[in-house]
Amino acid sequence: MTAVTALSGLRRTESHEAGEWGANIPFDAALVAALFAVDPAGLGGVALRAAAGPERDAWLGLLRHLLPAQTPWHRVPVNINDTALLGGLDLGATLNAGRPVAQQGLLAQADGGIVLLAMAERLPLGTAARLAAVLDSGEVAIERDGLTVRKPARLGLVALDEGREDDERVPAALLDRVAFHVVLGGQGDPLAMGSDWQSDDAVKARALLPGVTVSDEAVRALCAAALALGVGSLRAPLLALRVARAAAALAGLAQVEDEHVALAARLVLAPRATLLPASASADDESNANDDDERDKPPDAVADDQDQPPPNPDAQSQDPPPPQADASEQPCDLTPDTDHADTEVPDPEAGNSLAEMVLEAARAAIPPGLLAALKLGEAARTRAQAAGRSGTAQKSQTRGRPLGARRGEPRAGSRLNVIETLRAAAPWQRLRQREVQERALRLAPMGNACATHTESGSAQTSLGPAIAPAGASANGPLSPARQRIHVRREDFHVTRFKQVGQTTTLFVVDASGSSALNRLAEAKGAVELLLADCYVRRDRVAVLAFRGTTADLLLPPTRSLARAKRSLAGLPGGGGTPLATAIDAARELADQISRRGETPIVVLLTDGRGNIARDGTPGRVRASDDALAAARQVRMAGITCLLMDTSPQPQPTARVLAQALGAVYVPLPYAGANALSQVVAQVARAATAPGVR
Amino acid sequence: MSRIKICAQIIFDASLGDILGKIQVVLKCPVTYCQPMSLAFPFSAIVGQDEMKLAILVAAIDPSIGGVLVFGDRGTGKSTAVRALAALLPKMRAVIGCRYGCDPASTSVSCEDCALLKAKVEANGKAPPKSHLVPVPVVDLPLGATEDRVVGALDLERALSQGIKAFEPGLLARANRGFLYIDEVNLLEDHLVDLLIDVAASGENVVEREGLSVRHPARFVLVGSGNPEEGELRPQLLDRFGLSVEVKTPSDLAARVEVVRRRDAFEQNPTTFTEQWKKEDERTRKRIVAGRTRLDGVLIPDAARQRAAELCMALGTDGLRGDLTLIRAGRALAALQGDAELGDAHLRRVAAPALRHRLRRNPLDDAGSTVRVDRAVAELMGG
Repeated sequence: MTAVTALSGLRRTESHEAGEWGANIPFDAALVAALFAVDPAGLGGVALRAAAGPERDAWLGLLRHLLPAQTPWHRVPVNINDTALLGGLDLGATLNAGRPVAQQGLLAQADGGIVLLAMAERLPLGTAARLAAVLDSGEVAIERDGLTVRKPARLGLVALDEGREDDERVPAALLDRVAFHVVLGGQGDPLAMGSDWQSDDAVKARALLPGVTVSDEAVRALCAAALALGVGSLRAPLLALRVARAAAALAGLAQVEDEHVALAARLVLAPRATLLPASASADDESNANDDDERDKPPDAVADDQDQPPPNPDAQSQDPPPPQADASEQPCDLTPDTDHADTEVPDPEAGNSLAEMVLEAARAAIPPGLLAALKLGEAARTRAQAAGRSGTAQKSQTRGRPLGARRGEPRAGSRLNVIETLRAAAPWQRLRQREVQERALRLAPMGNACATHTESGSAQTSLGPAIAPAGASANGPLSPARQRIHVRREDFHVTRFKQVGQTTTLFVVDASGSSALNRLAEAKGAVELLLADCYVRRDRVAVLAFRGTTADLLLPPTRSLARAKRSLAGLPGGGGTPLATAIDAARELADQISRRGETPIVVLLTDGRGNIARDGTPGRVRASDDALAAARQVRMAGITCLLMDTSPQPQPTARVLAQALGAVYVPLPYAGANALSQVVAQVARAATAPGVR
Repeated sequence: MSRIKICAQIIFDASLGDILGKIQVVLKCPVTYCQPMSLAFPFSAIVGQDEMKLAILVAAIDPSIGGVLVFGDRGTGKSTAVRALAALLPKMRAVIGCRYGCDPASTSVSCEDCALLKAKVEANGKAPPKSHLVPVPVVDLPLGATEDRVVGALDLERALSQGIKAFEPGLLARANRGFLYIDEVNLLEDHLVDLLIDVAASGENVVEREGLSVRHPARFVLVGSGNPEEGELRPQLLDRFGLSVEVKTPSDLAARVEVVRRRDAFEQNPTTFTEQWKKEDERTRKRIVAGRTRLDGVLIPDAARQRAAELCMALGTDGLRGDLTLIRAGRALAALQGDAELGDAHLRRVAAPALRHRLRRNPLDDAGSTVRVDRAVAELMGG
């Protein structure tokens, strides 16, 4: 029965005050806000995937409403520099005060509060790592500009993720450290909305939180669920445990109940799942649900009144559809626990808790999500391998500025005047005096002062006594005083970041077998892709192979007219030197990536090589060689796409694609549009900056 | 004279309500940097990850091995293990008044502070500089650190207020004779990486600024950790690390439960938890001390040298560094275990951490480097 009261405590439906805050937010999202408000630093944060709009604003409003008044609330822009984020030297104040004055960074200012991360899907990995370090240690360690400071920074992060594509996501280092991954938007069902948390709910829970106890069983159940769902990181069960604690505190309890554990699994573990454990008792489950409907305690029925009818759209890809959770989850927990308490002996109770927790998480994973995840993952791993050198290049002269570093402006790097002056500024007084001293030493009248300069070796303390001497020499030296002394060691050069240029390399099989089949169609497909490349301002290159050689018909160029011409004039016929062609493609791709561009290889072939590497005919050796060459391409991490040009999709081509680590597209089934879409997708995955 | 000097007085322009926090004076001991006040998770309480723990202990016994690189999955306690090391190390003796923590036993004078002290002794005929026991420094290099704080620079405070040029040692000076830890080492700025490579190779840091030229010893064990998904390490830096460890999340439920349980217990009550593991940590510390004293006495038979050479040849490792590291790590392991002689069993255990990051990429072999090392070990020494 305690579970039931706890439940209503969590749902707060008995409260009749008009829900001004969070009235338009799905139940789960509102619950996340409340839990997060209980323990922002402990739970790390929320990755909130939602377009900018009223729904997101409402969620943020709710969170703010639930947090105690005066809680720090800071917004971090995506391209924040280190001084603003971590802290550093406040140059203006330093020069005014005549001693180092630190500028407090945003993270230290946000101690005890919330940091909002705008456009977190575009967050550079470096910034993500700095944030991760702060989340881990609860303090900012600064070793900058002559300052050594440690400031507490126990904060919660709200990563506002506006990504639309699968590959636009918050950096994994942060996703791992925030408890909640919430998706808002799209599937809002007005009936699922309406949680009216009171502003002091979280505050009350905070007082309870330190005393909340957790059973060993709960820990075990969360770990087991995480493992079964394929959640590798051990931070996940740990965060889930904290969420369970927060949930208990929010319900006003001093002990974590089973339903809190299930809730934690649903909110924390389910969105991270990479495996879908088979449900052993799927049928039993549905029966049990039916039973629940009948056996439901009265207040739970009351709860149901603001719940939605089953939504046929629940199968969309966004995790977890709140309406499904709200209607199923809390309800079938209660009878389960009762059951465990009364009939089943203790050791089994642990088991049933583990099962229940897993089931709770499982139910929150919409079908189809994991399949989509798998697909996306394949593309991502490719992208990451290819992105090693091609994407987001550091460049000396072009691109978006990436801050400055010490160094001399040579070999085309550009002097950063502001940073150079900044570096020079604190030393001006020192340098001016040096110049004066040198001048005094040279001046014949400077005898009296010369005694000072003699003792003025670098280490010895002169004390402020020197100041009047300098002042007395002020007259003749005034031009020197006005000049800013910039020295070579102050020089800073700007570093730039350049988003990698993509070069698509078409490797066309012009051998007899291909020519017979579909060389013309392949040419058509390439032309389509060329149009696409033109839109993306990509460069293209064409490599054709027939007979015993692979020829570079068109070196990397932006001229698509030339590319078209070279293809149109491509003769067909002869053997298929597949291995040679793949080797040539790899070498060219290597050159391209060394130039700082991202190569994408599009191989159009039927995969039936008959000329070996050394030019001798023979199908078996040829195919062995081709596979070996393909493995090298994969080792080099080159993004690849194989279009099977044979009349029927061939296993040989498929095997080759596998060896290449390539996306396999059988041409017969690929319509022109579908084809260009596939290439565009691969290209995007390969060049997306900031992809893990 | 007080040994503690006020190195930097920092005023934060905070809100009015925060008057107390407005002025923060950072007190820095000349030798050791005040570690964060919060307690570190005890080393002995780390569940599993035996290879990582072993590599760290071996590197602590013989600093000449050249440090440890820990690469692996998220949430596996990489940085926890390294940070726990600080509490584990036995104290060392250092010259009082030397900002670089020089060893009083060393005969050569390698830093300006010691030279100054020595000159004073000779001039006044006083007793030689005193020494004291200090914790071995484990210095964190935070991301976003600027070059001037890493290598050291002029003391800004004194330059501004008094117009004095005085050298303010940086993190490299602080790490002298200890450990320099870089979390997310693969995300470190390129120019800082170059700098670290340089200093790690020479054991000496040279700073030229404002016409001031300072040279001081900077011998430290480089410890790095990172996630390979976020970027690879340049081969030059990879090679500087003596040992490299790959960590994976445990897939065994009992171990995972134990990890979460201990971590949770630590977070709920750090003091009690640390107290509980104090004995175990003390035992490990004693093993390190004993291992260090035994280290020089461990015999290296020719057969073992031969084995190491064979292994490196079979794997085609670049250069002789692998060979050397393998023998040193094996010797340190023997010392840790109290064995008198380096044998196959030791080499077998340290082969993977000593060699896996030195293998050339073999395009025809997709197997991971660990698998390749294990295979070579099995071929040479039998399964």
